[in-house]
Amino acid sequence: MIEISDVSKSYGRTAVLRGCTAAVKRGEVVVVCGPSGSGKSTLIKCVNGLVPFDSGAIRVDGVSVGDKATDLPALRARIGMVFQNFELYPHMTALQNVSLAQIHVLKRSRTEADTKSRQLLARVGLADKLASRPDQLSGGQQQRVSIARALAMDPQAMLFDEPTSALDPEMVNEVLEVMQALALDGMTMMVVTHEMGFAQRVADRVLFMDGGEILEDTPKAAFFAHPSTDRARQFLAKVLSH
Amino acid sequence: MSSFDWGIIWREAPFLAHGMALSALLVVVATAGGLVLGVVLALMRQSSRSWLSVPAAGYVTVMRSLPLVLVLFWFYFLVPLALGRPVGALASALVAFVLFEAAFYCEIIRAGIASVRAGQTQAALATGMRQSQVFRLIVGPQALRAMVPLLLNQIIIVFQDTSLVYVVALRDFMTSASIVADRDGRPTEMYTIVAIVYFVICFSASKAVEIYQRVPAR
Ligand SMILES: Nc1ncnc2c1ncn2[C@@H]1O[C@H](COP(=O)(O)OP(=O)(O)O)[C@@H](O)[C@H]1O
Ligand SMILES: [Mg+2]
Repeated sequence: MIEISDVSKSYGRTAVLRGCTAAVKRGEVVVVCGPSGSGKSTLIKCVNGLVPFDSGAIRVDGVSVGDKATDLPALRARIGMVFQNFELYPHMTALQNVSLAQIHVLKRSRTEADTKSRQLLARVGLADKLASRPDQLSGGQQQRVSIARALAMDPQAMLFDEPTSALDPEMVNEVLEVMQALALDGMTMMVVTHEMGFAQRVADRVLFMDGGEILEDTPKAAFFAHPSTDRARQFLAKVLSH
Repeated sequence: MSSFDWGIIWREAPFLAHGMALSALLVVVATAGGLVLGVVLALMRQSSRSWLSVPAAGYVTVMRSLPLVLVLFWFYFLVPLALGRPVGALASALVAFVLFEAAFYCEIIRAGIASVRAGQTQAALATGMRQSQVFRLIVGPQALRAMVPLLLNQIIIVFQDTSLVYVVALRDFMTSASIVADRDGRPTEMYTIVAIVYFVICFSASKAVEIYQRVPAR
């Protein structure tokens, strides 16, 4: 579903990604972890072309992301993305947030879109928050709206960039539960997160990044039992002690 | 001379109203024209093509460093030269105001757009919207909301600056009042009413913005 081959990227003279290769198969859940600044956000944003890369190739469902001829908006419409800071549209209600791209990108009628949005908001436990604006919602609620916004496009894969990092601890679980349910439904997911509990429960494989490199690409059980690099071992010791 | 003659305000009201009409015309044209040209300049400035962005940046920098009086003078003498025929003080003043204010509106528009977080654009792009849709549906409305106080502030400045058109022999509100003050020896009465009118207009305008900002976005 997602194939990343030998992707490199620099900002000026700083190499941010160095020869990254990885793949996410249909229905697979891959967790990406690593220290801050290791290039996780950059990598995941390369997948839907939000960040351009310098060399290598990324194919999503057979479509080459870096190809100039590729219709990126059409490709992005089929990949959902959830951001660390939610990025809900502050001038719209929860319902409007979820309906907007359905109407303007998928050209659904407003009625059709709103019906779908209501179903999705109910599915993430927010049936009573349709008319609330983002500033009236807690962080956990906002992140669930943003998951609904991504699901409204009927995506073939979902990308998550530290979806719980900006949340108060007591709200982390309500978001992880929604993500876990998605994974059980068979959604293809690439998840940047430090929630190792989530990785242990849900992931098929774990990628460990450091210094712009993918140092490990290991099945979950093996990653937690005996990470093959020292840096991954140190990283695990640090996040698990929290 | 010791007693005041407040009745002069009523007697001269039609003359003052005439001046106010000119001030209002200048404010409306300078704002509308300045905004349109300001949008064009702002788009040019953010272009990656330097033949668009460099001239726009230069224009804004030059206009913002000149006093408006100078620009008014310039156009009073230059526009007829360029066209080869007289255009009159009003037309040249309108052109000068529009060209001058455009530089300020350009910067206000840029500040408004810059105030919208980059993450908003990324989130909208990630749903498959095209750049133009992102601007129309997400960045534009948020930028506009952030711009309203700055825009209003600028409109108030334009309103106050209309008094400068006396240099090209036009009679705005302030100039009309000072003509009466000199002619009839009634400076106290005339400048008091001028101060009150300016204060009431500017104060209610800023109150209106305060209320607007308290109303949550739709
Ligand atoms: N727009 C940018 N311009 C310059 N450097 C950037 C930019 N975005 C990210 N970086 C740099 O790239 C590196 C990787 O960033 P990022 O992918 O955000 O890491 P992570 O998500 O793992 O914390 C960091 O050193 C960061 O400072
Ligand atoms: Mg990051």
